Amino acid sequence: MSGLSVRDVSMIYNLPNGEDVEALKHLSFELEPGELLTVLGPSGCGKTTLLNILAGFLAPSSGKIDFDGKEVLSPDPQRGMVFQQGALFEWLSVEQNVGFGPKMMGRKPNEIKAIVDKWLSIVGLADFGKKAIYELSGGMQQRVALARCLANEPDLILMDEPLGALDALTREKMQGLILKLWKETGKTIALITHSVEEALILGNRVFIMAPRPGRLIKEYSLPFAEQGLEKNTREIKKQPDFIEVREEILTMIWDMEEEIMGRQEGNNA
Amino acid sequence: MRKILDKLGFTNTNTERKTVTFGDASVVSAPGGRGWTWLSVGFFIILWCLASIFEWINPIFWPPIGAVWEQFVFIFTEGYRNFTLLEHIGLSLYRVLMGFFIGCLVGIPLGFALALSRVMNRLFDPIVEFFRPMPPLALIPLVILWLGIGESAKIFLLFLAAVWIMALATRSGALATKISKIHAAYTLNANKKQILFRVILPNALPEIFTGMRVCMGVCWGTVVAAELVAAEAGVGMMIMVASKFLSTDIVVLGIILIGVVAYAIDVVMRYLEAKLIPWRGKS
Repeated sequence: MSGLSVRDVSMIYNLPNGEDVEALKHLSFELEPGELLTVLGPSGCGKTTLLNILAGFLAPSSGKIDFDGKEVLSPDPQRGMVFQQGALFEWLSVEQNVGFGPKMMGRKPNEIKAIVDKWLSIVGLADFGKKAIYELSGGMQQRVALARCLANEPDLILMDEPLGALDALTREKMQGLILKLWKETGKTIALITHSVEEALILGNRVFIMAPRPGRLIKEYSLPFAEQGLEKNTREIKKQPDFIEVREEILTMIWDMEEEIMGRQEGNNA
Repeated sequence: MRKILDKLGFTNTNTERKTVTFGDASVVSAPGGRGWTWLSVGFFIILWCLASIFEWINPIFWPPIGAVWEQFVFIFTEGYRNFTLLEHIGLSLYRVLMGFFIGCLVGIPLGFALALSRVMNRLFDPIVEFFRPMPPLALIPLVILWLGIGESAKIFLLFLAAVWIMALATRSGALATKISKIHAAYTLNANKKQILFRVILPNALPEIFTGMRVCMGVCWGTVVAAELVAAEAGVGMMIMVASKFLSTDIVVLGIILIGVVAYAIDVVMRYLEAKLIPWRGKS
């Protein structure tokens, strides 16, 4: 099948002190082309491990991942990634950052220029091509990061807390941009976040993960991302149905954190 | 009064509204305030002039400023020991630049090897760590035994002074590359060679440059010492020969020249750094 298929994936880290940590335990799911998945969970639930496995940076201890009918074994330009702030190449200009992928794909300079211009105008940075990365604000840097990833036209876009370091206002705007890009490109996206609101507003599917061992405990299919394409995201966040799911998930994560704290106190006693 | 002090550069209006200045680095490093610099330089020059005019010091211990100036003009036009002043300075500089250049040529790749391969790291680590704290001057006797007192011996000594500094600076710069940048490059279809030259190398450049600045300082110090031991020409040789004839004026001239050239080198390096790596410290 096309799309992403994760079958019975487990990841065990062997710590130097001889202990084994189960970062992921028997994870299985399918992602259809064009879906936007958000993954939510407290720190240590294995969501970053999951993303690194999907990108091909890590090989799982067991299980198998296929994307578009091919097994995922190493990084591939077909699977792009957007990182938290600080992963841009600060020695290159904005244009050169966005053009990096096409250049590595061996595209011709005039093609690269067209690609760069296209994506910079889509993310709203058409006039900023010549700027240096360190001259841009955090939000603008993440726009460059999105454009850099999209310039190679990956079929799957992995996002590792892309808005995590932004202030609340910029973050809301960027959520709108991610929805716009999702609609316009029809790409499959998997995004991890630790913001409940962000997970709900962006994900047409939402996974809740729990730690020790890292596992999937609940899955939602939600209408808010679709609504966000038409409506202001701030309006959606006020809707009763949005608030209901948000509170349900917050309670779930709250209980998880309580349990972790309790366990640690138990260990210390 | 305030205005005059301002004009002369003794106050700084940019930071005067700050009520807490003690311990605030931005106040200390704020631009302006050059008046104090001229005051300190001027103080020593005037003191030296006064000491020369009133003959406060025996010229064998410290020469009058006029004598040093005369020696400067004389050596500049007539030369010293068969070489002109520019030849003395030029020869010292040539040795420094050759040693520095070869040191970079070997040290930078060595640094990358140390940073990028666990086997290379384990293999070379003891060698690098052994030579790193070794003063190059301690190696002079061995170098003279092996290579004599010619040009190659001096350049080899300077190479030894430079190579470990460059290797360690490069290693630390390369190791500081954020893994997310490398991951990003892989997902953008870069291969290992492209990641080395387009991600790790530019990422290490600021530290490589710092290493180069340190190297230049160390090499310049080492060349003077090497020439003190044995040389036909060079600034260090000038000082050494002059001291045997109790020509303190030439000794002091040599010391001033060493200081001025070293300062000039650092100014050039800082200029190049600002030009070549404008992103330094801004990630």
